[in-house]
Amino acid sequence: MKKSGFALLPVLLWLSIFLVIPMLIVVGISFMQRDADGNLIYTFSLDAYKVFFDSLYLGIYWDTIVLSVATTVICLLLSYPLAYYIARSGPRRQAWGLALITIPFWINFLIRTYAWVLLLRTQGVVNSLLMNLGWISEPMQMLYTKGAVLLGMVYTFIPFMVLPIYVAIEQMDRRLLEAASDLGASPWRSFWHITLPQTKSGITTGAVLVYVSTTGMFVVTDILGGAKSSMISNIIQTQFLGARNWPFGAALSVIFVITSLILIALFNRAMTSRYESVKGGRA
Amino acid sequence: MIELIDVQKHFAGQVVVHPLNLTIKEGEFLTLLGPSGCGKTTILRMIAGFEQPTEGRIVLDGADLTALPPNRRDLNLVFQHYALFPHMTVEDNIAFGLKMKKLPQTEITKRIEEAVAMTQLTPLVKRFPHQLSGGQQQRVAIARAIANKPKVLLLDEPLGALDLQLRKNLQSELKQLQRSLGITFVYVTHDQEEAMMLSDRIVIMNNGQVEQIGTPREIYATPATLFAATFVGENNIFSQDGRLFAVRPEKLRATRDTAAAKRTGVVQDVLYLGSIHKVIVQLDNEPMTVSIALDFTDERPWEIGERLGVDWGPGDEVNIGA
Repeated sequence: MKKSGFALLPVLLWLSIFLVIPMLIVVGISFMQRDADGNLIYTFSLDAYKVFFDSLYLGIYWDTIVLSVATTVICLLLSYPLAYYIARSGPRRQAWGLALITIPFWINFLIRTYAWVLLLRTQGVVNSLLMNLGWISEPMQMLYTKGAVLLGMVYTFIPFMVLPIYVAIEQMDRRLLEAASDLGASPWRSFWHITLPQTKSGITTGAVLVYVSTTGMFVVTDILGGAKSSMISNIIQTQFLGARNWPFGAALSVIFVITSLILIALFNRAMTSRYESVKGGRA
Repeated sequence: MIELIDVQKHFAGQVVVHPLNLTIKEGEFLTLLGPSGCGKTTILRMIAGFEQPTEGRIVLDGADLTALPPNRRDLNLVFQHYALFPHMTVEDNIAFGLKMKKLPQTEITKRIEEAVAMTQLTPLVKRFPHQLSGGQQQRVAIARAIANKPKVLLLDEPLGALDLQLRKNLQSELKQLQRSLGITFVYVTHDQEEAMMLSDRIVIMNNGQVEQIGTPREIYATPATLFAATFVGENNIFSQDGRLFAVRPEKLRATRDTAAAKRTGVVQDVLYLGSIHKVIVQLDNEPMTVSIALDFTDERPWEIGERLGVDWGPGDEVNIGA
């Protein structure tokens, strides 16, 4: 007991220095005020929180949650079949599949996102192609829409979903599928009753990773969404940097972290059956 | 009941099961016995449907099931490492096959109750597999299979992962279970003692080939091949005038009359085993030792290094092929 406590010490130190203390500072700032130049005034105030309940911010806040949930769901629907295919392939194909999933990380993220601008803009590759084919007469407005942001988010975060699901499928005991088949289950029912529950840990991990990353991402929104489709992370960024309203930025952060934690807790609870709770920790 | 007709299996050009014809009778306890890699598990997996025979047909109750997938065969397999579903309780594991068959809920409940009563799992139905001991997990695997009331139960070294004492207990439980259910059992093991104890008939396999098929008594008393003679029970193999024959240790007699005996030798070791003791003899003219089993009524003392004669009756010789 004592020994493991000491072993945990560096981790606890790391977490407190780089996570807990900054979080506390943010919470602290959110209860302060600022002067006309944006300097902090060290007096207790709920002003920052009151501003939040302006309908403009509530709307953005709601949009952010919808977009993040949509990104997570689309990533899941695309990733599961892909991860399944890779995990069930031979060793060579597995190596290739995993390489293809990770290679985009070798290229600068901004360049990859601007590549989408070239594809999607009015005179872009997609529009030119469709017009040359005669399928459309007017270029479509694809860039600077919510759809473009959603596309960019899914594109950016899909590896975070594929990899944990791949690991879960890969680690699953295949003899369970033989047992299910022996007991009369068709391949589809084996998948539904055995594979899916056995790979739930991968789905949960991937979903949380994608959801949290999407809520915090402002670059994709900036580049593909333009000024109209802001997300809460864009607002937070503006408050801290452009508007120099730290208390308001901090208050938005605090509210968003709390709702994210609540959502994740609810999600985890929904994904935890009696088996996982008896087993202690996720399977 | 089950017929294997000219069944053979090749893996990557290698023959793992040579052409095999075997008829398993209704209600029989048949054991495939052999060392690891002899092809016995492959045969079982072909019957279950996890492997396709390269040639030949498998017929159950007159219906050819060679082309059917495992989920459409009316038989169940007890896996070597149980393959219990970790996220399901004992009763959900047992119910799985019944739900797949879409039986009514009342029937499912009834069958679970029967299966857990028969395997003494009743107090454990709400537990998950990881909360059970190895022996209990094995019982769940058996209960899950028998709840389906299959025509045939296939068992792949079901006791292989358990310690000796537990094995012994479960062996007799299995035998009783088979008697009371009246289901045909096809059992795979490498443990000859287990095979002898449980089976109505034994198929001895080696290198993908059947060495002998027979009742335990036939196999012990009249082994057909050298492999069968040495794999089941202890045996002494002699060769004389170009023929091979075997004499079991309990058929050999130790005598101090070396002149009249068929062989002579020197006592190399004396092993006391409770109900019997064994004298290991290094023969004079052959580079081999023989083992003589003497029962507890024979109290002659034997010293290591002592000379003795080894004798047997002519009826105790069992001719074996190469």
